Amino acid sequence: MSAQYYVSPEQLMKDRADFARKGIARGRAVIVASCADGIALIAENPSGSLHKIGEIYDRIAFAAVGKYNEFESLRQAGVRYADTRGYSYSRHDVTGRGLASVYAQSLGAVFTAEAKPFEVELAVLELGETPALDTLFSLNFDGSIAEQPGHIIMGGDTPAIREAWNGYWAGKDLAAAGTDEVIRAAALVLPGVGEGSEDARLLEVAVLERVTSSGSHRHFRRLDTPTIARFLGAGK
Amino acid sequence: MIELGPGPSFVEYLNRDRPDLLPGAPIQSQGASGAAGQVPHGTTIVALSYAEGIVMAGDRRATMGNVIASRRIEKVFETDRFSVVGIAGAAGVAIDIAKLFRVELEHYEKIEGTRLSLDGKANRLASMIRANLTLAMQGMSVIPLFAGYDTLAGTGRIFSFDITGGLYEEVEHHSVGSGSPYARGALKKLWQPDMDATAAVRVAVEALYDAADDDSATGGPDAVRKLWPVVYAVDSHGARRVEDAILAEMARSIIATRTDDGKEA
Repeated sequence: MSAQYYVSPEQLMKDRADFARKGIARGRAVIVASCADGIALIAENPSGSLHKIGEIYDRIAFAAVGKYNEFESLRQAGVRYADTRGYSYSRHDVTGRGLASVYAQSLGAVFTAEAKPFEVELAVLELGETPALDTLFSLNFDGSIAEQPGHIIMGGDTPAIREAWNGYWAGKDLAAAGTDEVIRAAALVLPGVGEGSEDARLLEVAVLERVTSSGSHRHFRRLDTPTIARFLGAGK
Repeated sequence: MIELGPGPSFVEYLNRDRPDLLPGAPIQSQGASGAAGQVPHGTTIVALSYAEGIVMAGDRRATMGNVIASRRIEKVFETDRFSVVGIAGAAGVAIDIAKLFRVELEHYEKIEGTRLSLDGKANRLASMIRANLTLAMQGMSVIPLFAGYDTLAGTGRIFSFDITGGLYEEVEHHSVGSGSPYARGALKKLWQPDMDATAAVRVAVEALYDAADDDSATGGPDAVRKLWPVVYAVDSHGARRVEDAILAEMARSIIATRTDDGKEA
């Protein structure tokens, strides 16, 4: 019979965290920013069908980096949670905070109890009436959760992207910016994307619109490549 | 074999994990043969096609036996951007099914990242009606009329159902509910091919007027309370609810024309 080696809890958690962090850093980055027109979600993602950004409910959206199968199952579970809650209570009773704390619990449980932690980082975003009332939650692989003011950057070489992003907005007011400017800024700081309209296909972009064009209760709108190209081209 | 998740159907998910939330679930155990007359019933829905799409309209009355249970009930619902459903029958179950159907379509769209085809939507509704068969046998039947704009075919289409979930595509126009024989008679005379949206809305309102004239369970336009039918038009731009101001004018003009005609029956 083989004896189990002793590993201290500190070492075990550290190994798991290192493992998850490495997995997440391998992927491409996502930027989420709250601006005047709503919340813009921009991902570097050459795939047109495997999304990193998704609609959860009327005013709630989801963005993720890391392992596709893992965050996709979390996204679907989130849609089920929100739809069940909205159907059995009321549409107003579905909140970003509720969803984020459910995610935090499941990520935390997997991190401590399962053989392998989730290699994902998530953002749960809820649109408010004004940029100041938007709530942006970032969730880590270990279940830690933080409310971020203004914007969230995750995945890829996050420190470098954050520095470039902060450099772009130095002296400018993100909360007063339009969606188009936020998309251009994101294209500028995401390392694999250029500013030209020909790079629009490398971006996945969606917006939680503060005012919906159709008057619908659903505020999430995915932008198609020609629309993104128009925004990128307009900066020239 | 690997077990796959619940898939894109919200109803199947509820069936598996939260059956208590399905419409009609709590009353299923009761032998409710006498209860059917005690719950509000919704009545007449009409749907018709026009050049660009379809129009669906419902009156505003719910009855409980010989009593008017509600004068302002709404029985036509926008289910997603390109479809509407109108439901006649036991009002409580009908409204629940319409609400669940709406979540079902939205859920599919969010999980799959794409909209269901119009045929797919009609089939989903058929299976939801079939699931209600036990209640229907106790007198709590629900008969929907489903219509929408088929973005693949580029045309408006109308589907009717029976309580066993049978699904039938209708051409030109259709009506369900207690006032439907009279509404259908009116539609036969008034419907013309290639009508525009305004003409189609007027035909729908006039068909409901005729249904209300002969069926006591169908409510006519109520000028005193300013209650007009619920009317939706769906075309390639999506579904839109026809404004009350337009319906008020249409209803008043129909009443005026009938008054001028001075006919008795």
